[in-house]
Amino acid sequence: MREHIVSRNIYFTIFIALVVLTVATWSVAKMDLGRMNAVVALTIAVIKATLVVLYFMHVRYSSKLTWVFVGAGFFWLAIMVALTLSDYMTRGWLNIAQ
Amino acid sequence: MADTHTTTHAGLAHHFDDMEQQREAGTLGMWAFLVTEVMFFGGLFLAYILYRARAPVEFAVASNSLNVTMGFINTLVLICSSLTMALAVYFSQTGKRNLIVVFLLLTMGLGLTFLVIKGFEYHEKYVEHHIPVRFATYEFNWEGHASGHEAASIPVDDGKVEMFFWLYFAMTGVHALHMIIGLGILATLVLMARRGRFTPDYHSPVELSGLYWHFVDIVWIFLFPLLYLVGAHLH
Repeated sequence: MREHIVSRNIYFTIFIALVVLTVATWSVAKMDLGRMNAVVALTIAVIKATLVVLYFMHVRYSSKLTWVFVGAGFFWLAIMVALTLSDYMTRGWLNIAQ
Repeated sequence: MADTHTTTHAGLAHHFDDMEQQREAGTLGMWAFLVTEVMFFGGLFLAYILYRARAPVEFAVASNSLNVTMGFINTLVLICSSLTMALAVYFSQTGKRNLIVVFLLLTMGLGLTFLVIKGFEYHEKYVEHHIPVRFATYEFNWEGHASGHEAASIPVDDGKVEMFFWLYFAMTGVHALHMIIGLGILATLVLMARRGRFTPDYHSPVELSGLYWHFVDIVWIFLFPLLYLVGAHLH
């Protein structure tokens, strides 16, 4: 795979998007949305991280093997969080020694 | 894509067929390292999730005492530094030696700005006795927290508030350490770039250091809302 040179315009566009999303995340956080506050904050953070990974880190233009490496990293992170929470969040469900 | 007329490049290590293969291997190696970093920071984020689930009120109140303006400015500073780093990579790909140096230095300047602002924040926490340690002359104290604050009047368990600050200092501290290491890497790149070590054919050090720098930026993208904005609605 030949190296793909990302144009400066794309970098500037992503930069603007990241700034706008940063302002958005602070503005929304000032409102009391109950549990939705955390959902919105994390959604915006995931969108920002995805933009950085795809464009600043060139993954969008990288080989399939790179995609596998990147995907595996976040997949294992998801496993770690999901399995740990499925333990901690359900400990009260069974009437056995805590 | 091996060319039929393989010309040997000065930057090509003997165990690679060609520059393409070498670059590809470097990218994969860097991502393998970044995956370990994802797991490393992931453990801290997991600890954060578990403690926040147990102490939602304390986390909101403690978060409310952080300096959101400084955190916000630092977020923008890091995003700017990611842009300048991306441009440094761009100029290394297009072979503009002077501009590589300029943008690496800009990135370093922004990284330093981040650390200085972080230093002011840490100092603020020190003065407020919000650093979760106990020495003969210093101890964590939440009781004395500015009573003028509306959020400070919400009854909380001080131990759980202290847990928030443990996570705050552990996560931002490790992040700041990564920034300091990043500055060292960038300084090395500046020296290499000035000696004309990078060409459109060979600039992997710039490219891979860029991946590291952007990764550290991503960590902060999550730290900012999770640490600073949890209690923003409390005023």
